[in-house]
Amino acid sequence: MEHEITEQDGALIVGFSGDVDLQSSPDARKILLECVARKMPVLVDLSKVNYIDSSGIASLVESLQTARKAGGSLLLVSVSEAALRVLELARLDKVFTICGTIDEGLASL
Amino acid sequence: MNTEPNTVIEVEDLVTHYGTRKILDGVSMNVAEGEIMVIMGGSGSGKSTLLRFLMALEKQTSGTIRLLGQDIGSATQQQMFDLRKKIGVAFQGGALFSSMTVGENIMLPLFEHAKLDMMTMEIMARMKLEVVDLAGFEDLMPAELSGGMIKRAAFARAVIMDPKLLFCDEPSAGLDPVVASALDDLILKLRDALQMTVVVVTHELESVFKIADRVTVLDRGRILFIGTVDELRNNKSERIQNLLNRRPEDEIIDPDEYLRRLTGEEETGGDATL
Repeated sequence: MEHEITEQDGALIVGFSGDVDLQSSPDARKILLECVARKMPVLVDLSKVNYIDSSGIASLVESLQTARKAGGSLLLVSVSEAALRVLELARLDKVFTICGTIDEGLASL
Repeated sequence: MNTEPNTVIEVEDLVTHYGTRKILDGVSMNVAEGEIMVIMGGSGSGKSTLLRFLMALEKQTSGTIRLLGQDIGSATQQQMFDLRKKIGVAFQGGALFSSMTVGENIMLPLFEHAKLDMMTMEIMARMKLEVVDLAGFEDLMPAELSGGMIKRAAFARAVIMDPKLLFCDEPSAGLDPVVASALDDLILKLRDALQMTVVVVTHELESVFKIADRVTVLDRGRILFIGTVDELRNNKSERIQNLLNRRPEDEIIDPDEYLRRLTGEEETGGDATL
């Protein structure tokens, strides 16, 4: 798994690529929590993620809750069909704000 | 472009014994990625034994079993360890540890195989409990659950690592029809969401017709039929029709063999199945 963090319109955009699985999700979790701690809205771009497992989804859940507790926000962008199915399985599509593109995500803040 | 799904389980000419008794006799079958294969057959047909060999819990007499491309007969200990991380098993009786809470039971594979933060593991366990409709039950002990709840908790543990292969032994046995049907729905939901390949051993016909992509019918340790549910329904074989219509079969008695059995004399053949 690789990642890239950029700043746009006062928000942090965290783009992951490759597989977010049992091996890489501890890194993803650390990256996400560090971004959330910067007190800026966070957009997680999943467009280049081939596969995300339950541990990756759990890291997203923890980061969302941490952001909310601090009065911030965390959105998901470009969620693949496969990742969406995993989110839907645990009804997390009702919990996360999911946007089609980064522009849509920024506009919704 | 090749759109054929990958074969993830390959069994070739599998022969197995318990002691001198032959249980499986020349079993060959394949299961494709994302497929739900139901193994059925009468009591003593060898279906649970086949599952145990597919789960790599026993060593076969001859034949090969390949799981996710790995020949389990020639796999090293490390290769088997890695392979087992990709396999989930929902045992017939649940097999939850009675001294651990439901949550601890579900997280057990993560404790053993993953290096994750405790918070991540707890969220994963709660997510799976949501999926099996047991949200909020993580602090209970197995003894405080009903039979159906134990089966669902066992499912949650079986899928906690998002396995590629899920094996289920008699998932609906002993459950009321509503709970049994809900478990079937769960198997379909997990396959669709996580693209798992699922092998289910059952003798519940309703369950077979609801979840199976294909069915393998075993009879006295041999393959009697492999095909789709429609092909099974339309099969003219008397044995298949007896199984589908729940008609018991009269055993043909060999007087000599029967007398030997009653008097405890040594069997000469040794190929009967339990």
